Amino acid sequence: MPPREGTYGMLAEFDTPSDLVRAAQQARKDGWRRMDCYTPYPVEEAAEAIGFHRNKVPLITLVGGLMGLVAMFSLETWISVLAYPLNIAGRPLYSWPAFIVPAYEWTILWAGLSAAFGMLALNGLPALYHPLFNAPNFRSGATTDKFFLCLEALDPKFDLLETRAYLTSFQPTSVVEVEY
Amino acid sequence: MATTDLKPKDPKRLAGVDPATGEYRVLALGQTFKSVTEKIAGIVLTPDTPLGWFALFGLGGAGATLLLTAVTWLFLEGTGIWAISQPVAWGFAIINFVWWIGIGHAGTLISAILLLFKQGWRNSINRFAEAMTIFAVVCAGMFPLIHTGRPWLGYWMLPVPLTMNVWPQFRSPLLWDVFAVSTYATISVVFWYIGMVPDFGTFRDRTENKFAQYFYGLLSLGWRGSVRHWMRYETASLLLSGLATPLVLSVHTVISFDFAVAVLPGWHTTIFPPYFVAGAIYSGFAMVLTLAIPLRKFYHLEGLVTERHIDNMGKVMLATGFIVAYGYGMEVFMAWYSASHWEAFMMWNRMFGPMGWAYWVLVTCNLAIPLTTLWSRKLRTNIAFMFFISIVVNTGMWFERFVIIVTSLYRDFLPSSWGTYRATKWDYAVYVGTLGLFTALFLLFVRFLPMIPMNEIRMMLPGAKITPKKAAEAAD
Repeated sequence: MPPREGTYGMLAEFDTPSDLVRAAQQARKDGWRRMDCYTPYPVEEAAEAIGFHRNKVPLITLVGGLMGLVAMFSLETWISVLAYPLNIAGRPLYSWPAFIVPAYEWTILWAGLSAAFGMLALNGLPALYHPLFNAPNFRSGATTDKFFLCLEALDPKFDLLETRAYLTSFQPTSVVEVEY
Repeated sequence: MATTDLKPKDPKRLAGVDPATGEYRVLALGQTFKSVTEKIAGIVLTPDTPLGWFALFGLGGAGATLLLTAVTWLFLEGTGIWAISQPVAWGFAIINFVWWIGIGHAGTLISAILLLFKQGWRNSINRFAEAMTIFAVVCAGMFPLIHTGRPWLGYWMLPVPLTMNVWPQFRSPLLWDVFAVSTYATISVVFWYIGMVPDFGTFRDRTENKFAQYFYGLLSLGWRGSVRHWMRYETASLLLSGLATPLVLSVHTVISFDFAVAVLPGWHTTIFPPYFVAGAIYSGFAMVLTLAIPLRKFYHLEGLVTERHIDNMGKVMLATGFIVAYGYGMEVFMAWYSASHWEAFMMWNRMFGPMGWAYWVLVTCNLAIPLTTLWSRKLRTNIAFMFFISIVVNTGMWFERFVIIVTSLYRDFLPSSWGTYRATKWDYAVYVGTLGLFTALFLLFVRFLPMIPMNEIRMMLPGAKITPKKAAEAAD
């Protein structure tokens, strides 16, 4: 992606999660869609407020787990029946009960890796750069004790002066413009 | 009985009790987002390492060096330097393997199962319990590998295409072990790391040091705390807990299959899976206490790891201790009820044979001392006593594995093939060495990584409560 220029959005800083949630709810009610909240710990109400209800991590996990299950069970069957048939105490070559344990472990392994890496991929992480870190007050609070609401410039309602005034009406600690 | 009924003489202890519930508070009063962050980040983001840390690290490092020496000699000479022979072909290596991996299980239990049960108190201790899991699995995983005698051929156990056209044999519990333990190690590391990512973000933003900014910046993966990210993160954490729970139960179950699937009296029993899992959690909680008690004292974390945690861990140990007691009882009962001559002799030999002392050490350490005293809340919140109990249970659980492995093997069906077992200095060197390695790794963790999850503690603070309206507006 080529480097972008101009304004990323307008960032309001709040001292308490309640103020943030109220502001986010109001902004959504007023028609804002391109916006995000930044909090030092998960604030479920803030996600609800900006209209983020569901995510795809469970689906990715399910698919990953099923792939692990099928992969290991087929591998075991292929090895034991076709690739390297061994007579172990006269048991059948396709002795599926014994194959359950490794297949079970691989279901969990693949599901767990899918959950973790799927979550990171959906989040667009790892990311070496994000414009928000250009905001002077973002790093000093976003991962410690401050709560941020960012109205992004991509939203059709965005206007430098009006958005700043709009955010100020929520009585935040500060409102700053974030540049790319 | 509520804690307040005990009327502790010390008013400082009474301050830790919540009058509404009569229980000790999970977190001490008066903590804010900032104070918690500063407390936890301050341990890592400081140029001053306490002298005690260096002293302990030196000790741990000496142990790790001993391990390196012992393993080098083992690779040069072969497993003949250990006491294993016929009939006792499994000795210290397998005892230590089962002991270490059992210790690891409490970490997963705390981080996964208690999260699913919404036990908020776990948040203070889950990170270092997970770290304990990983370092315990590191120590455990080494043992079967070096026990094979030719560890450089360890990859033969994996289903990979080799030029010899030989494939692993999937009907053996020993191969199931490979998958169970490797999956357990991988998922534990992933769970642990994902849990630390937001805290690395905090470190990145708080440190002044340029190198630390890069270091934690890379580890944080660019975490910025977007609520969309947080929601996916919470979903993934919950799913990982849901996956780690059946995983942790399966790991010790599979390890118990290594024994239960054999036909040896003393091993061939169906009680093993639940009894092994309960024993693992029992010893694991003991190890969490062994680590938590000095840590909270040394780093002044009494406000975050409170008497409530110590008390609750005592309760979990009491419960799992009784499952273990049931396991011991059932073994004795089955020895009689099976009417099998071999089973009865095995039990008699285990209790009163030449190595009977080990059985009584185990009964004393796992049953007699903890299961009589842990009923008392006064003792459960007595920090020195709980540290003592944790050492006792760790010792007892090591002897449990010694009893299961050695006393079952050294006198089996044919008296003509009876033998004995006496560990050599190299057996002890490897065991003490892993203790050193574990200590050294744990100290590095405490120094460089967030040992208490800051983001999870913040969620529990009173400031995190969402109020619908400002107090001033509500008055209008």
